[in-house]
Amino acid sequence: MNSAVTTPRGTGTRNTRILGVLTIILMVLLTFCGLIFSGEDINQGSTVRIMYVHVPSIWVAYLAFGMTALCSAIYLSGRNRSLIWDRFSGAAGEIGVLFVAVSLVTGSLWGRLTWGTYWVWDARLTSTAFLFITYIGYLAVRRLGGTHRQRARRSAVLALIAILEIPLVHFSVNVWRTLHQKASVADPNAKVALDGLMLFSLFLGLIAFTMLFAWLVIHRQRSLALEDAVADRGLDAAIEARREEATN
Amino acid sequence: MSTVSQRRRVAVAVARKDLTIEWNSRILVNQVAPFAAIVMVLFAFALDNDGILQRVAPGLVWLATLFSMLVVIQRTFAVESADGALDALRVAGVDPSAIFAGKSLALMVQLFALELLLVGTAVVLYGVNMTLVGFAEALVTLLAATVGLACVGTLYGGLAGGARGRETLLPLLLLPVVAPVLIGATRATEAAFGSGGTKVSEGWPWIVLLLVFAVIFAAVGSVAFGPLVDE
Repeated sequence: MNSAVTTPRGTGTRNTRILGVLTIILMVLLTFCGLIFSGEDINQGSTVRIMYVHVPSIWVAYLAFGMTALCSAIYLSGRNRSLIWDRFSGAAGEIGVLFVAVSLVTGSLWGRLTWGTYWVWDARLTSTAFLFITYIGYLAVRRLGGTHRQRARRSAVLALIAILEIPLVHFSVNVWRTLHQKASVADPNAKVALDGLMLFSLFLGLIAFTMLFAWLVIHRQRSLALEDAVADRGLDAAIEARREEATN
Repeated sequence: MSTVSQRRRVAVAVARKDLTIEWNSRILVNQVAPFAAIVMVLFAFALDNDGILQRVAPGLVWLATLFSMLVVIQRTFAVESADGALDALRVAGVDPSAIFAGKSLALMVQLFALELLLVGTAVVLYGVNMTLVGFAEALVTLLAATVGLACVGTLYGGLAGGARGRETLLPLLLLPVVAPVLIGATRATEAAFGSGGTKVSEGWPWIVLLLVFAVIFAAVGSVAFGPLVDE
């Protein structure tokens, strides 16, 4: 049984509290660096500040989906098949979906200000939208019901298929764009020269968001363990009630 | 573990069973085909321009295929889950990869018939003109796309068709995965139809993409179908 089950007052431990406090400090620092200390971009002006949230969010999303796939593979290959790997995949999947959404929203706001349009049919944008929908599907499959083991096996297989499918979608969207019609608006991959403080803010953002991800994923895994425990206890209680009915 | 010939026999038996059920119930002919046809007519209402229709006909054919495919897949797994037929097969120790192959095969036959009808509708309603080489290319495109669609459709159909209340899951899971097929098949069909001045030769690389997709999902499906439909 997970240690979280025996500490019903919350999902926090000393270590996660330290992690949480450090994350808050870095986030405050990032806010100051991103909004006040770092300068405006020559071309983009203050719009560039969106990048300090946008880039770290998509980084966290990739990290999360990578973790979902890795934990799913560990679950399927392991001999004892501990459900902790399944819960880590699920927790990472949820957080990944959240951060893809953040990066899509911040990206389209940035696009509106810089390119003059919320959305461009660029290969990278389109693949990211597919990534978003694919993992929403993954989360839906996790909620299909059945036993914990059924959920774990089903969703682990699906997570591995998703990892296979994403490059295929990315590749075909890529050739679709390059062969079909050239992107007419500004190239999102254009080199941007970053000065020292801008670069520092960006890296600070990456570190702060990664820590936030770690904090979220640990807590979510623990709360998922509690949810599983509650479901098990409910089942035990139901069986007990039937037994009493039979004996009385 | 069953031998290859045993598995082939099971696959053929499952496919024949599915096609017999279809032949007797005529769901495809009486319900799905009219649905696909009305979708093509509705596209014409929505776009309301002969030139545009002719230009985008390939995309509309494949969109209509995807939408109708959802109905066909739901039907093909509804007959399995209605009285626990799939579970019975699994309990009987039948190799899941053989069930997958059989159900995919039956789905291929039905989808191919549906696609032929849709291409025919496009020729009649949207004024598409095809050369002989273009027609051959269209046929190869249909075949290649059908194999991929049937494999991935069977895989996710099995997952989404396992129990009641899961039907709404199928479009969400399936449509993002088949995006490469929509892209590849539409471009190849554009070349076959000659839409927008596309040359027939431009279609073949897209057919390669369709074949790659078909091979990948045939392999993935044989391995993953068992764990995904297990209850």
